[in-house]
Amino acid sequence: MSTNQSAANHRFGDTIPPLLYEISRSGRRAVRLPESDVPSTRLPAELLRDDHDELRLPEVSEQDVVRHFTRLSHANMAIDTTFYPLGSCTMKYNPKVNEAVASHSGFASHHPLATTDDSQGSLAVMYRLQHMLAEIAGFSQVSLQPAAGAQGELTGILMIRAYHESRGDTRRRKILVPDSAHGTNPATVTMAGYEAVEIPSDAEGNVDLGALREACGDDVAGLMITNPNTAGLFERNIEAVVDAVHGCGGLVYGDGANFNAILGIVRPGDLGIDVMHFNLHKTFSTPHGGGGPGAGPVGANETLADFLPGPIVGMSQPSPDASDDGSDDSRYEFVSPAQSIGRLRSFHGNFGMLLRAYAYILLHGADGLRAISENAVINANYLRHLTRDVFPAKFDRTCMHEFVSVGSRYEGVSTMDIAKRLLDYGYHAPTVYFPLIVKDALMVEPTESENRETLELFAEALALVAREAGNDPDLLHEAPLTTPRRRLDEVAAVRNLVLRYEPV
Amino acid sequence: MAYIGNTDDDRSIMLKAMGLEQMDDLFGDIPGDKRYPGLDLPSARSELELLRETDELGRRNGSNGAVKSFVGAGAYDHFIPSVVPFLSGRGEYATAYTPYQAEASQGTVQTIFEYQSMMADLLGMDVVNASHYDGATAVAEAAIMAVRCTRDRDSVVLSGTLHPEYLEVAATYLRPQGIAMNIVGRPAGSGESGPDLETLEQQIDESTACVIVQNPDFLGRLHDLRGFAERVHARGALLVLHVDPIATALLSSPGAMGADIVTGEGQSLGIPLSFGGPYLGLFAARKKLVRKMPGRLAGQTVDAEGNRGFVLTLNTREQHIRREKATSNICTNQGLMALRAAIYLASMGPEGLKEVANLSYQKAHYAAALLDKLDGCSVNLGDETTFFKEFVLHVPIAAETLVTRCRAMGVVPGLPLSRYYPGRPQELLVAVTETSSRADIEELASVVLEVIQSAKSEVKA
Repeated sequence: MSTNQSAANHRFGDTIPPLLYEISRSGRRAVRLPESDVPSTRLPAELLRDDHDELRLPEVSEQDVVRHFTRLSHANMAIDTTFYPLGSCTMKYNPKVNEAVASHSGFASHHPLATTDDSQGSLAVMYRLQHMLAEIAGFSQVSLQPAAGAQGELTGILMIRAYHESRGDTRRRKILVPDSAHGTNPATVTMAGYEAVEIPSDAEGNVDLGALREACGDDVAGLMITNPNTAGLFERNIEAVVDAVHGCGGLVYGDGANFNAILGIVRPGDLGIDVMHFNLHKTFSTPHGGGGPGAGPVGANETLADFLPGPIVGMSQPSPDASDDGSDDSRYEFVSPAQSIGRLRSFHGNFGMLLRAYAYILLHGADGLRAISENAVINANYLRHLTRDVFPAKFDRTCMHEFVSVGSRYEGVSTMDIAKRLLDYGYHAPTVYFPLIVKDALMVEPTESENRETLELFAEALALVAREAGNDPDLLHEAPLTTPRRRLDEVAAVRNLVLRYEPV
Repeated sequence: MAYIGNTDDDRSIMLKAMGLEQMDDLFGDIPGDKRYPGLDLPSARSELELLRETDELGRRNGSNGAVKSFVGAGAYDHFIPSVVPFLSGRGEYATAYTPYQAEASQGTVQTIFEYQSMMADLLGMDVVNASHYDGATAVAEAAIMAVRCTRDRDSVVLSGTLHPEYLEVAATYLRPQGIAMNIVGRPAGSGESGPDLETLEQQIDESTACVIVQNPDFLGRLHDLRGFAERVHARGALLVLHVDPIATALLSSPGAMGADIVTGEGQSLGIPLSFGGPYLGLFAARKKLVRKMPGRLAGQTVDAEGNRGFVLTLNTREQHIRREKATSNICTNQGLMALRAAIYLASMGPEGLKEVANLSYQKAHYAAALLDKLDGCSVNLGDETTFFKEFVLHVPIAAETLVTRCRAMGVVPGLPLSRYYPGRPQELLVAVTETSSRADIEELASVVLEVIQSAKSEVKA
């Protein structure tokens, strides 16, 4: 499409712009850079691009860039615009003060290899965050290095492996993973060089204790468990589960994906979990960013603390008068845990995310954190209650921060159809087809930042969609009708792979 | 609490509707003796108090304008145009998640597609993902992918002049999978320059899945890679190139050099230093390898009315479908960082990006020329003839002492190489970008000179 055509076709509210390459014009510029003010040095011609290897990028003005990305942004649903009950993802409000803190030039412009003396502000933030996360989850030490939840999982399993190896116990090759787990869990087990063994769930959505006990043996290195689990249920037998694994010499990894339900309610460390990751972008409000960056700090009890990835931050000169207001004159420095599994990424982790999480915890304090979880849980239960006739929860018991229904209970209408139709009502859809233990799952997580009216309106929308599903299934097959693009053909995308712009 | 939607009344109404009496009724599944532990945390701050405290902490870092730093070593102070933070800060991008519902997420998916397109052009490669955390993890995942792509080959050859932290991360990732690492020519001793390409080539045997080379290397030097890929391929291995995306604006693209997989650190493309993260791992491959690739990919398709749109595609490689058989456990797409890089690349355009590269090159060479002339200092290129924006400077006193003393005068002249190589106590890795003016560079040289002279006079005294 030419620039003129696309301009002529553009209507108010029609948000999707052409690709930048399609509006590019040779010689157009956005940024002007200073002239060189130093004597010229010859570039080594033999190392440079030749005519067959010319650099191609869009050539656009700054206004083009601003309009492009502003219009494109309107084609997104986001927490800032829409109720976004995407189960398992904890789409809570992201306080804007976090962004103000993270953009402070003292932090944003600070080089990761600056000297220890020059980094005392950042190191203080990291040291305090390590301690706060350890306190919140009941662990003795935390490493902030892992860059995302999945990397935190890998960290934890590598720590368990290093622990067994340090004891000369090398026959343990299996990690038990409940069938309700996120896909990252079994994928992590493989990356850690172990074999994933699936443990079934019982009729109430818990780990099947009998099957677990049967699987426990001297070849088991550990268990990965998400609690509350992906059905939004607290594992009632969690202490028996932990005992069974510990009893056979294994260790227990806690997947912290659903930690938002239990802040100040119960500490995983107190339940016997040996090591766990935190998802700062879920529980601690750092922005999801369209899929990342996350941050996946890992906490460990005394058994495993020495194996944490390094470096972590230690205090070399405790201040005698460190006080609650944070004004202390302690000195901080990087240290490596004694038997560290090594480094998981360059430098010190996603510091910008750590800083936002630090701000969020300080804004809440202990009572505020507990209020987060209480409200996340009451909101999920209230929504479960409101939708009990049209999309009853699969497991009829009190849930935690989310619940799972079956999306395919109306003849000829799929879970995906329900999800797409909800977009027409102005809501982002719940998570679909996960967890795998519920066929055609529809997984709803409202979070604590939503109010009662929003939940009631959403329940009403679900009831309307259910009625449409009964009366006019074709309408749902056609949905969405009001989004910037109608239903997109995922099969065609695979069949005819186009992964980059190619000039016509 | 400002971030909680409900009032006390709301909660009462909700409890009553559910036939419950108190909040605690919701938590009956949690062992009673472990419930409500009572957390020992600092008291809750107001926004005003929080900003005051974090401002004080930010000032405690020595990174404000008063100090001029020439430290690079994998993270660089390149100019960030104002449109980058302005646009990437929009809540429609920042507070959306992975585009599982593509119809409600075209902003994110089209942005990833445009990022893939621009990055593919910059690198001269077919396929790019936007999933990796940083350069180090991109290198580790590239090694694992290469093993997956080459049957019966389960070891990798890595140049010793890869970033030392990348080598550490690779070891953490590869060891548990039983992938052997052959690190060739780590430049651990004074003046050492690492392996030449011929030495790397000779290390390839029947078990070698790939050779991984960083260009410019960790010491800043440029390698002439012409013909190298062919020689690596002739021995049955793949070539993984780790590049600086800024340098690539001018240099022959990794694709043109025959690389099979390309990685890089994307921080230079509009992402702040931020004490090491979040950053962006660049990851590209040839199209024939795409099904072995980790990470999220955006692909073009059509909607029910025939309009062009974009979706995440080839999902059957990934953990949420394939579970233990997935190509990686990666779940992230580093969306917000890829957005920043996309805005940066679009704002710079081909000419702007080349200017950034050229200015960095010119200024770094001017700095090297000035410093090389100082008494007892010399720029060490080893066997290579040139460098890009970073170089090794031999200094006549301990590099750590030099840094401490220069810092007291407002300049951080570089990174002591002893941080990574204890056997190189008198060498400094100096990085210069377009953000340094001639005056900054001349001040660097005069401060280094002054410190060296005063150290000498101390010795005499």
